Amino acid sequence: MSEFGGPVLFLDRSDINTDEIIPAKYLVEIKKEALKPHLLEDLKLPGFSPASPAGRQAKVIVTRRNFGCGSSREHAVWVLEVNGIRAVIAESFARIFRGNMFNCGLLAIELPAAEIDAIFALADRPAACAVDLAKKQLLFTCEGREIRRTAFALNAFDEALVRAGGWVEFADQRY
Amino acid sequence: MPHTITEKIFSAHLVDEPFPDVKVLRLDAVFCHEITTPVAIADLEWRGKDRVFDPTRIKAVIDHVTPAKDTKTAIQGKMLRDWARRHGIADFFDVGYNGVCHALFPEKGFVRPGYTVIMGDSHTCTYGAFAAFAAGVGTTDLEVGILKGVCAFRQPRSLRLDIVGVLPFGVFAKDVALEMIRRLTVSGARDMVIEFHGPAISAFDMEERMTLCNMAIEAGATCGICQPDEKTADYLRPFIRDEFPTARHALEAWAKWRSDPDAMYEARLALDISNLEPLSTVGYKPDEVKPVRLLTEVKVDQVYIGGCTNGRLSDLRAAAHILKGRRLATGTRGIVSPATPKVFKAAMEDGTLRIFMDAGFCVTNPTCGACLGMSNGVLAPGEVCAATTNRNFYGRMGEGGMVHLMSPVSAAAAGVAGHICDPREMM
Repeated sequence: MSEFGGPVLFLDRSDINTDEIIPAKYLVEIKKEALKPHLLEDLKLPGFSPASPAGRQAKVIVTRRNFGCGSSREHAVWVLEVNGIRAVIAESFARIFRGNMFNCGLLAIELPAAEIDAIFALADRPAACAVDLAKKQLLFTCEGREIRRTAFALNAFDEALVRAGGWVEFADQRY
Repeated sequence: MPHTITEKIFSAHLVDEPFPDVKVLRLDAVFCHEITTPVAIADLEWRGKDRVFDPTRIKAVIDHVTPAKDTKTAIQGKMLRDWARRHGIADFFDVGYNGVCHALFPEKGFVRPGYTVIMGDSHTCTYGAFAAFAAGVGTTDLEVGILKGVCAFRQPRSLRLDIVGVLPFGVFAKDVALEMIRRLTVSGARDMVIEFHGPAISAFDMEERMTLCNMAIEAGATCGICQPDEKTADYLRPFIRDEFPTARHALEAWAKWRSDPDAMYEARLALDISNLEPLSTVGYKPDEVKPVRLLTEVKVDQVYIGGCTNGRLSDLRAAAHILKGRRLATGTRGIVSPATPKVFKAAMEDGTLRIFMDAGFCVTNPTCGACLGMSNGVLAPGEVCAATTNRNFYGRMGEGGMVHLMSPVSAAAAGVAGHICDPREMM
């Protein structure tokens, strides 16, 4: 098991917003751990329940376009982080959310629409995804058997942030 | 080589290019509120780096939940207050002096043409009305901004939006913003700056420009930006008098913050507002927009007038024009939250608040409050609100509630009718 990876949660909709990822009423929390039970609490999606085992055990999210649109709240990243979700794979991300992921040393991986479609075709089985950061490769498995292998790209800055552990560490050394 | 205003601001503030396409910019202003800043403060303390790069360039306000509603929000306020005090941040706005950040900070003259501004708030894009590059960021970017006075951006591409025509009767800047989002969709301007041009923008006053720029993020944009002109100079007059003896001097100095006529754009869009109608959102996304005249079946439990989009004096006065001599419909409650103490006072003195109260409205103190369902007007499940705010996401104003975004005039008319309606019939 790589550092980034584990059971996959498929969220088959575009424009999933920050209020769905973590409702504003929890923004009064100062400790990130306090956000943990409220992951995706307001997301209404057929077949999805935030309290279900698939929701609770997920370590990787696969979704569609413009994930994380809306608020700047980094709580939307922290609620993933404290639940052990350190990688989100999507066709695209909203700018602030995407920046927040890498700023926290987490992965927001963008793949072409056709590749996202192909990965969603695996959604009828319990899938896991291992992220190989060195090889820039995603390995999807079902019950230990490989079901798909996908290359991804990271720009140099985003990779540097992930390796540094986030933007504070990177900026503090440099500025 | 010709450049856009955004490219010019980027070049003038460039500190470092650690990697291709990554620009680290020097910041002219870092704005803070009590929701997204305390975690940055706590992290800086934990790292043993409880410092600020320049206390005069940091401005802070308690605005999201104020006065505090419970222990947790009281702690958030206290963390910001104590931090401002110990670092000598003079421009800290506490209870009694506080208002909705994106209405308060412009009113104080804190944003100038050519500035770079960040804040841990997505509607920071509002300040583009002043020809500034202003971007909402997360807490980690804010933390580095506070500590180092820099922020990293990918060079944003610019989308040029030319708005032509004259606003028809009963149609306002908010309707133009909703039409823009309908056309672009919630992701249409993702990673781009929307650069506003055209005679309609020139005709808009600064408050109308702020309303429009405020909603740029709802189309996914990093910032909405206007060119500096006489209206910018007039608005900022009290704050720039020492620097520029006349508006002409200011405009000459700001000429460097205008896009070149032959600048290159990623995309262009033209919007003719001559036939625009009063609009409202209908679903849980701000790009789901319809004319209000088609939504008369929608009963309204609550009307909310306020927020960083439409809580300024011109907004309150426009709504009062509808409410004068009328009352809220039975079964519909109204809340008005003047966005700043200055707006509150002016609306009190000119009789605007009296009109709201006579119509049956509750007048609250300036706060973001209900817009994001944190306080001062949260909806119950199944309830419907006609709101002048900027987001209608599921649960935004309270779990199970439905928010219809519209202009202050359309919201006031909905309150009087008890359902969404065409405000032009009451004007």
